[in-house]
Amino acid sequence: MNVLVLGANSDIAYAVAEKFANLQHADITLASRNMELLEKKEADIRTKYGVQVRSVYFDALDAESHADFYKGLDPKPDVVLLSFGVLGDQEKAQADFNAARRIIETNYTGAVSILEIVAADFETKRSGTIIGVGSVAGERGRRSNYIYGSAKGAFLIYLSGLRNRLFKNGVHVLTVLPGFVNTAMTEGMDLPGALTLQPEDAAGDIHSAFLKKKNVVYTGWFWKYIMMIIKAIPEFLFKRLSL
Amino acid sequence: MKLSGWGNYPRIECRGQSFETVSELRKMFAEALETIPRGMGKSYGDSALADHVIFTRRFNKMLDFDRETGILTCESGATLSAVLDIFLPEGWFLSITPGVKSISVGGAVAADVHGKNHHRAGCFSECVIFLDLMLPDGRIMRCSRSENQDLFRATCGGMGLTGMILNAAIKLQPVASSSIDETIVRCSNLDAIFDAFDQYDKTAYSVAWIDCLAGGSRMGRSILMAGDHSNSGPLDPPRAPGLSVPFDLPGLCLNTWSVKLFNELYYRKSPSRPEHRVVSIDSFFYPLDGIGRWNRLYGKNGFTQYQLILPPEAGKKGLRRILHRIAESGAGSFLAVLKLMGPQNNNLLSFPMAGYTLALDFKIEKKLFPLLDELDNIVIDHGGRLYPAKDVRMTRSVFQKGYPKWKRFVQLREKYGLSNKINSLQSKRLGI
Repeated sequence: MNVLVLGANSDIAYAVAEKFANLQHADITLASRNMELLEKKEADIRTKYGVQVRSVYFDALDAESHADFYKGLDPKPDVVLLSFGVLGDQEKAQADFNAARRIIETNYTGAVSILEIVAADFETKRSGTIIGVGSVAGERGRRSNYIYGSAKGAFLIYLSGLRNRLFKNGVHVLTVLPGFVNTAMTEGMDLPGALTLQPEDAAGDIHSAFLKKKNVVYTGWFWKYIMMIIKAIPEFLFKRLSL
Repeated sequence: MKLSGWGNYPRIECRGQSFETVSELRKMFAEALETIPRGMGKSYGDSALADHVIFTRRFNKMLDFDRETGILTCESGATLSAVLDIFLPEGWFLSITPGVKSISVGGAVAADVHGKNHHRAGCFSECVIFLDLMLPDGRIMRCSRSENQDLFRATCGGMGLTGMILNAAIKLQPVASSSIDETIVRCSNLDAIFDAFDQYDKTAYSVAWIDCLAGGSRMGRSILMAGDHSNSGPLDPPRAPGLSVPFDLPGLCLNTWSVKLFNELYYRKSPSRPEHRVVSIDSFFYPLDGIGRWNRLYGKNGFTQYQLILPPEAGKKGLRRILHRIAESGAGSFLAVLKLMGPQNNNLLSFPMAGYTLALDFKIEKKLFPLLDELDNIVIDHGGRLYPAKDVRMTRSVFQKGYPKWKRFVQLREKYGLSNKINSLQSKRLGI
């Protein structure tokens, strides 16, 4: 099995890569822009699990390059984990459209571009798994991060459509909805300890959802119920809240 | 964010940043006015507390493992627990391990930790082949016994005050199984336990639980646990963490009476004649890691561990005085540990020296600090010292008397531009 990790420098993605290397003895292809970091992670996985690992440069924003990037992969992946994304700065994005565009294009446009290429390959092969890491922020818009949230929301709809399309070809599409996870992205935020997972725990949830061929998984499980409540709040009330 | 050491005391507001690459760290050093590296936050007191801390937890990659020599090169944030998860099933174990495995390799170097085999194997630095250290100006120094020896001797045991440990090459020891052949010896008083330590001197590992509230003829009654790696048996992976203490227990749960009761039961449940058994590495080395966040048992005001060491001969007398004073005060602790240590090394601030070390947990309460001040005097009078990795309150003068090389440490900090740039609450209190 070969697992391609797009955005391997995200803490959750990396922890998932470790799970696959450790528990399935899968070979790993790490893709991201920061090669200094990727090469260390390559050494880490190789040292720990003795599997084949390689690092490949990948830029989510450079959609033009995506076809060549995928063509260059040998062997082709059996599992693609898409986990790149950028939280950005909401206030900056409100004031400067270029900042907003960067958030939207990284989280959404770039994801569509590369996943369409992967989907075409998996559809022909009639096998494969696509794991897309979204966010609970994509389930309801909030003033503190709605630019990010809307891009992630679009990505969630995209994944559900992709699942619908690929189901008949035996391709598994797994949507991951992380709640609070202690990662580089959330560093410095005051997260509620009891609701916050470590990346390894989130990765464990993702890996077992992969094994069980689930469609949607929340990390941790309680976020499903938290979001059920948040989504049920009527808009006339929700607009008055500061969540 | 609020941070504290493992003792949950003190708890202060800090700004924390983590890094994953050398270039990120270099930038943090350049921007921070003053900072302190922080690993897993398992030192008990204020060694890794400051207004600004740099977490190593994401700088935790394993870079190389040589299966011929057993030398592992890893980044400082890698935990001992991660090392065991990966390499114990392959037949490798840490050459030196403390009683907690959820600490980082960098932290193990910085505190120059010791384990149950100190009498034969020395401190953690014994298994360190080299270190890469980043100074606040961004320079990276390879430090070993032959290269930048001054920095090596200061960094091992230097409590993070010599810069950021980036990588360490550590030598693991081959083991035939993940089991330990353990012997349990019940000792009815202090003389008996001193004899038992001598008798089991050839055993690789030894440590004793001691009843610090027993007085009179039973003073110092103990249970010695001695062990060697088994020559046969399975190589099982370490166990997954067990249940956690979900919240701070009311401080009242631990009082003289509950501790006395616990001690009595614990002492009696052990066999009256030496008994042999085979146990797992986890239960022999890391009994407390089985219970997550056990520090909450001491209540929300937190606790401290008082760990002292006394040289062998004067030490026996000193230990009697100390145990007498503790039994009299009634300030008891569940966890009271005694161990015979081997000779001291050449590092500037490493804690161990030949003699007896005693470690006691105390919950923080008003009457505690005056008692510890009294104990300090006994320790110093008998040529002993306290362990900085556990400390939260010793005075500058107690520290300086215990660590005669402190001046060299301060000079080295000046020489490498560390004095004003890397500091913890502890370093300021101790004046180093």
